[in-house]
Amino acid sequence: MLGVAVKKIRGSFSLEAAFELPTPGVVALFGRSGSGKSTLVNIIAGLLHPDAGRVALDDFVLLDTERGIQVPPEKRRIGYVFQDARLFPHLNVAANLAYGERRAPPQRYVSLDTVAGLLDLGGLMNRRTQQLSGGEKQRVAIGRALLSQPKLLLLDEPLASLDSARREEVLPYLELLRDQLAVPMVYVSHQFDEVLRLATYVVLMEAGSVIGQGGIGEMSLNQDLRAIIGADSMGAILDGTVLGVEQSSGLMRVAVGRGELKVQPLPVGAGAKLRVQLLARDLIVATERPQHLSVRNMLAGVITSVTGDDAESDLVAIDIGGPKIMARVTRAAVRELSLAPGLPVWALVKAVSLRSHSFAAPGATSIARPSA
Amino acid sequence: MSLSIAARSVAVSLPLAILLAWVLTRRRFLGHTLLDAFVHLPLVLPPVVVGYLLLLLFGTRGPIGSWLQHTFGVELIFTRNGAALATAVMSFPLMVRAMRISLENVDRGLEQAARTLGAGAIDRFATITLPLMLPGVLAGAITAFSAALGEFGAVITFVSNIPGETRTLPLALYTALQTPGGDSTAARLACISFALGLSGLLLSEWFARRVRRLLGR
Repeated sequence: MLGVAVKKIRGSFSLEAAFELPTPGVVALFGRSGSGKSTLVNIIAGLLHPDAGRVALDDFVLLDTERGIQVPPEKRRIGYVFQDARLFPHLNVAANLAYGERRAPPQRYVSLDTVAGLLDLGGLMNRRTQQLSGGEKQRVAIGRALLSQPKLLLLDEPLASLDSARREEVLPYLELLRDQLAVPMVYVSHQFDEVLRLATYVVLMEAGSVIGQGGIGEMSLNQDLRAIIGADSMGAILDGTVLGVEQSSGLMRVAVGRGELKVQPLPVGAGAKLRVQLLARDLIVATERPQHLSVRNMLAGVITSVTGDDAESDLVAIDIGGPKIMARVTRAAVRELSLAPGLPVWALVKAVSLRSHSFAAPGATSIARPSA
Repeated sequence: MSLSIAARSVAVSLPLAILLAWVLTRRRFLGHTLLDAFVHLPLVLPPVVVGYLLLLLFGTRGPIGSWLQHTFGVELIFTRNGAALATAVMSFPLMVRAMRISLENVDRGLEQAARTLGAGAIDRFATITLPLMLPGVLAGAITAFSAALGEFGAVITFVSNIPGETRTLPLALYTALQTPGGDSTAARLACISFALGLSGLLLSEWFARRVRRLLGR
């Protein structure tokens, strides 16, 4: 558990944040640029001092301005991956990796071999840091931080300085780390696609304040999130369980809530977790079980709320037996169908909209090693 | 002899110059500007004034000089070590300047990164800051060495012009010029000066290039 309650005023910008984060897991600090995310991680790392507050990791109090406790960064055992990698230019890759490891306490939970294997660093060891691509630099920086055996890993927009191709090259490694090592991570990003691939828990920030927090499924329906990422990107994020491949269609069956979705098959076996996103604009709501349709996916549920989205449409939240999904429906349709909380409905999903959003979810053990 | 004096001078002032460069670049404190000005004083003062001040402070009756003599039996005035001290003081600002410039170019983010990896202050300085400011340290040392070779006014004022003890190259050159028939000696000494100065500059350039390549810049 990472507990943070801090205040910091810097010129016209003021940060006031309080939250308790579950560990292990990946917590995403998400918000627009300048919302105070980086300031917050710098305070957690100890590189910045808040005006007042408290930071504690499990029972380890890192900062308590009231009691006069302030553990310096080098004693906090918190790994930090910076946006600009910050590899030491006078050392080669192997020496960069060894830098943190040499200074770590004797009890290690991750070895150089494991890190080199997970991040595919074997071939880079003797390179100078100037000879690395942006993506390789970040992989080395992540490895270096991990080898210092941190109790918590902070990643401050580690992919922000990379182009989208390089980002795709690094993301699978981050997913792999999340699934293979139990290091709690705080991941700062203003790219929602990174959040939806990596996070288990989301803290939403805006203008120096925390405006919402919760599990990724719950937060994916958050109204404040819509203001940041836009209505078209909104949609429920669900962690489903792979049931197997359907012989007749060749599609993979995934259990979500009480229902089931069919998606394009991925190289994962039954029982694997799969994260899917159902965009609100891709959902169609029916009040009766529809027949004779080309749509492959249909989820039965009960409406829990109907809220205004914009001038013409409403967002309809539907409980599908635990998790919730969200559909964007025109206001006229809401009136005609009398959509209201408590009404049983069917949500139709185009199979197509699932495919590109199927990612290995936390806890998955069967995902293949990324090849780069 | 000149070389040995210059080498001693650099050896003494190098650690102190690194410390001062760091303090002046990284710390802000009361009297910062005053200290900065004090370090640069030998650049703007006539060297004879510096020599005179050294005489006052380090002479046998001066406060530091008498203490040194009583405690360690070290005598500076009219000795080789005294000549080294005089040249060190004179070339000190050059050294500090070169180091400050390179220290300002060291990315503080790298020091922060080292910090999050568990490196304490001294550890950080030794493993990150110092290696990265090495080009400036080397350039400063070589410039100071060359300047020490050529120092005249402060040396002659503080430790006089004693053959075999404090007669450095420029002093010898000056003496030769004052002596009837010393023209050929003077010319020879001037040639040596020229060669030393040129090789110093070339060496410094070569070092700087090598270190830059090592740092991959």
